[in-house]
Amino acid sequence: MSSIKIELHENQVNELVEVCKSFSNDPLELIHVLHKAQSIFGYLPAEVQEIVARELKVPVAKVYGVVTFYSFFSMIPKGKNPISICMGTACYVRGGEKVLEEFKRKLGVEVGETTKDGLFSLNCLRCVGACGLAPVVMVGDKTYGRVSPDGVQEILAEYR
Amino acid sequence: MDKINLTIDHKPVQVEPGTSLLKAAEQVGIKIPTLCYLHLEDLNIENKPGGCRICVVEVSGRRNLAPSCATQCQEGMEVRTNTMRVLNARKTVMELILSDHPFDCLICAKSGTCDLQKTAQDLGIREIHYKGEQSHYKEDRSPSIIRDMDKCILCRRCEMMCNEFQTVGALWGINRGFMSVVAPAFEQDLEKSTCTYCGQCVAVCPTGALTEVDHTNQIIRALANPKKKVIVQTAPAVRAALGEAFGMEPGTLVTGKMVSALKELGFDYVFDTDFAADLTIMEEGTELLKRLTNYLAGNKKESLPILTSCCPAWVNFFEEYFPEMEDIPSTARSPQQMFGAIAKTYFADKIGVDRKDLVVTSIMPCLAKKYECQREEFKTDGNPDVDYALSTRELAALIKQSNIDFLSLPDSDFDKPMGESSGAAVIFGTTGGVIEAAVRTAYEIYTGKTLERISFEELRGMEGIRHATIDFDGLPINIGIAHGLGNARELLESIKAGTCNFHAIEIMACPGGCIGGGGQPLHHGVSGVITARQRAIYEEDLAKPIRKSHENPYIKELYDEFLGEPLSEKSHHLLHTHYFDRSKVKVVIPKTK
Repeated sequence: MSSIKIELHENQVNELVEVCKSFSNDPLELIHVLHKAQSIFGYLPAEVQEIVARELKVPVAKVYGVVTFYSFFSMIPKGKNPISICMGTACYVRGGEKVLEEFKRKLGVEVGETTKDGLFSLNCLRCVGACGLAPVVMVGDKTYGRVSPDGVQEILAEYR
Repeated sequence: MDKINLTIDHKPVQVEPGTSLLKAAEQVGIKIPTLCYLHLEDLNIENKPGGCRICVVEVSGRRNLAPSCATQCQEGMEVRTNTMRVLNARKTVMELILSDHPFDCLICAKSGTCDLQKTAQDLGIREIHYKGEQSHYKEDRSPSIIRDMDKCILCRRCEMMCNEFQTVGALWGINRGFMSVVAPAFEQDLEKSTCTYCGQCVAVCPTGALTEVDHTNQIIRALANPKKKVIVQTAPAVRAALGEAFGMEPGTLVTGKMVSALKELGFDYVFDTDFAADLTIMEEGTELLKRLTNYLAGNKKESLPILTSCCPAWVNFFEEYFPEMEDIPSTARSPQQMFGAIAKTYFADKIGVDRKDLVVTSIMPCLAKKYECQREEFKTDGNPDVDYALSTRELAALIKQSNIDFLSLPDSDFDKPMGESSGAAVIFGTTGGVIEAAVRTAYEIYTGKTLERISFEELRGMEGIRHATIDFDGLPINIGIAHGLGNARELLESIKAGTCNFHAIEIMACPGGCIGGGGQPLHHGVSGVITARQRAIYEEDLAKPIRKSHENPYIKELYDEFLGEPLSEKSHHLLHTHYFDRSKVKVVIPKTK
């Protein structure tokens, strides 16, 4: 996997090294560090995991173990506009799944994947605490309520 | 603190606070089955994830069944280990484990020595009531170790050995739920990971998930080829453990039977790695004295301590983790490779055989030796100095396949010249042995005096890190010893920090040294097996008429006829090596886009 070397931006690498330092390079802070790392890079490619391993002095295999254990962490780069469809109980019963199917159809990707042009990535989440607006979709930080399959096209158009 | 009283299966037991139910049960002759649990008390190795649930017991007043390995005894507890409820639960757990296991026991390399198989038999499993999905994972074949994760039961013993004991960090549990698997980072093959091939994961694996690469067929083919001369060398630790594979008590020396078996197998010459161990002492001991003399003379370029370099997993470890310290270990090749180099030059010439027609086989307690003999620097025109390295277990398999009744074999002697060795060479098989052997020779060369006392008790034992000061006739020599790569790492860190005052350090990767190697008959988590092998090694040393390497007459002959003197040009060419930086975590500082 890491045979395909990704070139990371130097300033991002420096930022990650600083993050590790801010946690005193403590191996027990691995999950926190990975959390921050993902917010810097958008995802956790092998190269980023190797830097974290080196800085915290933990085996890369352990870092990879943690990354693959928690569904929050991703090794696939997120799209420019990450789409999250709520699959919490309220959203689900009010047709969240149909909305998800429509996003999949329109974008031609499965859950956890990113479109070829890098514009969108598709994910599910469990309840954003806006059940009154069910079904809920988030694109980046923006929330859309009472979304129907018919409205999907309109949402995507905003970002194209 | 007061002792704790409880009953287990109505038998009263008194234990120290903190004792597990499992250990308390052992005190009254109750053996609760276990799978993930592993405890080698004499080596301070423990795996107790409480994950497999095979060891559950019923505790009065407790709603759920308790894992006895991870539950501490408490005052007044009434414990039952064999009620209907417990037996049913255990069977269910075992059936669930087996429901995701390939049923190829008849042809599995672990069959007969598999803990999972034995436990299933002990529990009387005759049917699997659960039909579910089965795991299918790619097979991973490295030069030494094969990973077949379809057979893994996620006991995590390998992960504990690789990380806690060895600090190698090659294996870790990844993914979750049904997709869980123990694997190297990014699910790469072992060969691309930080693995040192120490084989301690194989030594503790309760199933056939981790096994060694099997070279027995290549040996059978070579032995059947009339154009080939096939010779064999046996490492010191093999003779102290091989008997176990034939039901003998741990610690039974089978040197003579082993030689007989190898002769019956058809090897043209049965030689001893111990011969090469004596040679190692001549080279490494001389190197130690040279570096020591330079150092004492105030030569700033000379760095001490000198580290032993016999152990191939240890070499892999420092090349991986401490490449900046490449100049500290001795440049002496390991005894296996010294043997190969001499066999394919000096000995091949002696018997008039071309090196390509001479097949050098070694029997090793070790899996890293399989990788070591394939290293490019140990080949001449593509022809390796050592063609095949078999484990002790593979030799046992070879003996069984060839209809040899091992127990009824008479004793035989090794062939000459490369079968002659001293007691100093035999103790290479245990932690502390190489450095004791080096001291026996270095002392006499340095002081010009004869050693009064040949056994150095202060260098012996099973402590992970040991140290002693040996008086070289007024010059105190500080010696450090570590076995287990985690302990080695501790010593290396102290060298790096400049807080180490040792002149010489011996390092062995495996617990107890080679006697606890990854290629030895399995200890099945039984404490005392490795210690018994250690006793056997020292017993063999005591019984040897020659106990110092430099007194081995065939070593003297080798230098007279062929090598000249230790550290000569020829010695350097054939008996010494160089090291590489193979650190895996190499982050290239990226260019700004």
